[in-house]
Amino acid sequence: MSLQACLLVLLGGFFGGTSRFFVSGAVGRRVGETFPWGTFAVNVSGSALIGFLAGLGQRHGGVFAGEAFRAFFIVGFCGGYTTVSSFSLQTLNLSLDGEQRGAAFNVVASALACLAATGAGFLAAAGLAR
Amino acid sequence: MTRRETIRIYLAVGCGAALGSLLRLLVAVGTGAWPVVPPYSTTGIVNVAGSFVIGFFATLTGPDGRIIISPAGRQFVMGGLCGGLTTFSAMSLDTLILLLDRPGVAALYLAAVVLLSLCAVFAGHALAARLNR
Repeated sequence: MSLQACLLVLLGGFFGGTSRFFVSGAVGRRVGETFPWGTFAVNVSGSALIGFLAGLGQRHGGVFAGEAFRAFFIVGFCGGYTTVSSFSLQTLNLSLDGEQRGAAFNVVASALACLAATGAGFLAAAGLAR
Repeated sequence: MTRRETIRIYLAVGCGAALGSLLRLLVAVGTGAWPVVPPYSTTGIVNVAGSFVIGFFATLTGPDGRIIISPAGRQFVMGGLCGGLTTFSAMSLDTLILLLDRPGVAALYLAAVVLLSLCAVFAGHALAARLNR
């Protein structure tokens, strides 16, 4: 691990975290805070992005597969942008508020939608390469 | 919220997330996952640890909590450190990579990380609730 990788992860994490705060807040204000759609939106969009970036690395190689690119975009930005901790906490809060169905829905929908989004992002990057 | 408070909160989240992300990189280096291997163990460790911390901290500094902290301080730890440490995107990518050749293991991996993270957030919450009494 190089100093450059550390700095790029710090920088990517900073932008990812602030983007998450902005997007989840904006979505939450628009659709209401009774269900954590803000975190859901962040995780699905971040999963699509990581799939796309990983697809670029796989297809094009070069700079997209390099350590600097991965440190800033994949580990830093995508990692800082998406979150499991807020997802877990909000699921727990739904459950403690007696919203068992909402909690279960959050878990299943987040897991499946994020996986599908990653796959779609990966395929989109593969399509670009043709 | 005033403009100044908004900037403070954004800086708190950003700096916390930067540190959380660096910590995640260090875990990846420690488990031998950086820079080549898909970071399965890293993703599991950081997501479970970050979920425990957020559950503990949210309850300890919540309305009935023992500790009073500023909104920016709370966001530094919860939205920043925990949010930056944990990652849903890498978990999805790990699962996708596994899915291509070992679908059963992929399903097991995703279910295990998610369920352990949920157990961890509950454990953190329960521990802090005890301390709050």
